[in-house]
Amino acid sequence: MNKIKSPSELEKLRKEILGKKDPKKPSIVICGGTGCNALGAQQVVTVFKEAIKKQDLEGKIDIKETGCLGFCEKGPRVIIYPEEIYYFQVQSSDVSEIMSKTIIEKGLVERLLYTDLVTVEKAKNISDISFYKHQVRTLLQNNAKIDPKRIEDYIATGGYSALAKVLYKMTPEQVLEEVKKANLRGRGGGGFPTGRKWETTRNASGEPKYVIVNCDEGDPGAFMNRSLMEGNPHSVLEGLTIGAYAIGSHEGFVYVRQEYPLAVENTRIAIKQAEKHGLLGKDILGSGFDFTVKIHRGAGAFVSGESSALMTAIEGKVGEPKPKYIHTAEKGIWDKPSNLNNVETWANVPLIISKGADWFRSTGTEGSKGTKIFSLVGKVNNTGLVEVPMGITFRDMIYKIGGGIRFGKKFKAVQIGGPSGGFIPENLLDTRIDFDELRKIGGMMGSGGIIVMDEDTCIVDVARYYIDFLSQESCGKCVPCREGLRQMLNILNNICAGKGKDGDVELLEELSEFVMDASLCALGGTAPNPVLTSIRYFRDEYNAHIKENYCPAGVCRELITYYIQPEKCQACGICVRECPTEAIYGGKNIIHVIDQKKCIRCNTCLDVCPERFSAVEKIPRKSLPLSVPPDTKVVRKR
Amino acid sequence: MSTMKDVTLEINGKNIRAKDGMSILQAAQAADIEIPTFCYHEKLEPYGACRLCIVEITEGKRTRLVTSCVYLVKEGLMVKTNTERVNKIRKMILELLLPLAPTGPLKTLAHQYGVKESRFPAEPTFCILCGLCVRYCAEIKKENAICFMGRGIDRHIVFVSEISAGVCSFCRECHDLCPSGKITKLSEEVASLSPLESEI
Ligand SMILES: Cc1cc2nc3c(=O)[nH]c(=O)nc-3n(C[C@H](O)[C@H](O)[C@H](O)COP(=O)(O)O)c2cc1C
Ligand code: FES
Repeated sequence: MNKIKSPSELEKLRKEILGKKDPKKPSIVICGGTGCNALGAQQVVTVFKEAIKKQDLEGKIDIKETGCLGFCEKGPRVIIYPEEIYYFQVQSSDVSEIMSKTIIEKGLVERLLYTDLVTVEKAKNISDISFYKHQVRTLLQNNAKIDPKRIEDYIATGGYSALAKVLYKMTPEQVLEEVKKANLRGRGGGGFPTGRKWETTRNASGEPKYVIVNCDEGDPGAFMNRSLMEGNPHSVLEGLTIGAYAIGSHEGFVYVRQEYPLAVENTRIAIKQAEKHGLLGKDILGSGFDFTVKIHRGAGAFVSGESSALMTAIEGKVGEPKPKYIHTAEKGIWDKPSNLNNVETWANVPLIISKGADWFRSTGTEGSKGTKIFSLVGKVNNTGLVEVPMGITFRDMIYKIGGGIRFGKKFKAVQIGGPSGGFIPENLLDTRIDFDELRKIGGMMGSGGIIVMDEDTCIVDVARYYIDFLSQESCGKCVPCREGLRQMLNILNNICAGKGKDGDVELLEELSEFVMDASLCALGGTAPNPVLTSIRYFRDEYNAHIKENYCPAGVCRELITYYIQPEKCQACGICVRECPTEAIYGGKNIIHVIDQKKCIRCNTCLDVCPERFSAVEKIPRKSLPLSVPPDTKVVRKR
Repeated sequence: MSTMKDVTLEINGKNIRAKDGMSILQAAQAADIEIPTFCYHEKLEPYGACRLCIVEITEGKRTRLVTSCVYLVKEGLMVKTNTERVNKIRKMILELLLPLAPTGPLKTLAHQYGVKESRFPAEPTFCILCGLCVRYCAEIKKENAICFMGRGIDRHIVFVSEISAGVCSFCRECHDLCPSGKITKLSEEVASLSPLESEI
């Protein structure tokens, strides 16, 4: 491959790639994202390839493995082009049927289509699927068209034309102005205006200047950044190069966590291919602009995602935040001006350049423009990766896209913003998801993890879980964060263990305020959010634990008791047999009773008691009847 | 660096002249204004971890808390070292550290700030992780014989036995730095192990 030397050569190559494509040729797209791989996508790919070979169809059918397509829960995902047929939960055993019915006979395999939860109808088009219908997938739409290991696929979608435009038709100042005008705000959590940050680094004194991609993504359960980096790495690299041009930087880093091997691999391949094509390295597209990118693999600590910690890690030291009052944009890596942005922030840049700031501003709210990618997980029917306009309400996110709460249970709370995000209760479900609205109600955007919780979730227990996570993932350097979180965790552990005291909630509030005010970095500065919002919106649950010794959701083991209701027990003996600690007494015709001293509250009896009896229940500890009245000890014969 | 200008700032209502590039803490110390510290040492890079030196500053209309050992002086800066908010934070820091190191300078300072007893359970590790020993050994002695291990609430200090076996018995300079008695304890433990280790 010769290096591309000008925008017209790039356009020529794009036309060549497209020209080689026969729009009528069948093409099988299989999602190779992490979710689908975990569900067996690789096996499906292998079997498809074998089938194509066996049926002598090699060269007549294209097969493409792409990045995440979104509806991960219903993976492995397969799309058949040119008809655009969407198949879900495809197993290798389905391959031969797809080959014969769809590829050869052009028909449908009905059972692999998506079934609507409400209408129970089969979805023939993507717009029939409620999960997709309400999304606006500008960043993610190309994932289905791109094999991330082939730069040609990216170029075919118009990739790198924004870079060509910038290098040949715009001055760095014009690029900066366009990004500022778009009002792009950082997708890494803080929502800082990207253009302003770029300008700071551009104007800072000191050479060289660095630009960096933050793909640390340390929030448990989040996979937004990973899906972009794995599925469309060139879009991030193109954005980064455009930013470098605007800022006046010639060296960049992609900081990826070690635990994302596929993201590391696809980025590595993308960098190599871009260099080969003259889209990275010296004299990019013949413009005279030089820019090189290196990958830095992070050791996977949550705190390393913080800007000063991340830069310390790139310097080869332990990734701990620095107590400096000068922004990394001015003094970052080796004290040189360093501009850090999130993966998704960078991926938006080529779109803004190609389609213009006005196009970008046409989506979203007053203060938060464009779309945002979220990972929607928890107790909703549809989970996966979603992209929506900024400003969508929680209600639409949960009920329209998420398809409502699983098993018809009651909604309790939604948690957004990663481990230091906030809980949002039912009466705030109409809040619009944008940077400023979230802040008003004590939450934060974070990098976009959304976890939906139902009535079976104990809010105190979840708050405890987050503080546990944060107390271990903090670097441990400063006293407020380390010791403050240690004591907050202690108190929460006690409350969940039934040892809560009057005044605990107030002490938690006092510690929260202190940790936020006095910590060295934003980890401590935001860590108390889950505690503060849970107290603010679910104080009753804290009170129930502390004052009534009761966990309303029946989660905190020390606060609940299993009880066999004598009037319902049919003395079937199942729970007696299944109890792992032999804590249940009773025999034929004799009502079963749990020995509370032996019970370890493992829930087995409740699980195994036949539904038609439903004799076992979880009740507050203190309301346990003392014993079974003597006259009900024997099951009455019916 | 011959062009070190002077700046004038105000600390607790007093006008103070300081060299550009100094921290608020250094300027205050030079003017005999006391700000408590645990992790600061004049020979070491400021570390900003104990947060005891937090002060309140006002720039224009904005008032906020900063750590004085790392925040640099500026012309016209207004600093208050003893506001209610600052003292509340210092009290909480001391209350959180007291259970770890119930004796020594910490106790004295805690009493000074009115913290007689802590609401938190005692867990005497005798180490408040100020890092003076670790940083002194690394920055001044260039030995790295003692270091941090673990992160978050698992953070602790350990001697790196391969190095400490060779250098620590001659040096011991970190013993006097330790505000809470951990180093003496730890080196006794290491010493009790060393016959075994020296055999290897
Ligand atoms: C504890 C902590 C963890 C963070 N983790 C991430 C992360 O994983 N990814 C990310 O992009 N930003 C993370 N951030 C935010 C970064 O410090 C920084 O603000 C961001 O990368 C800037 O990019 P943006 O302006 O595009 O949002 C984290 C911040 C803190 C305090
Ligand atoms: S002396 Fe400033 S933080 Fe410890």
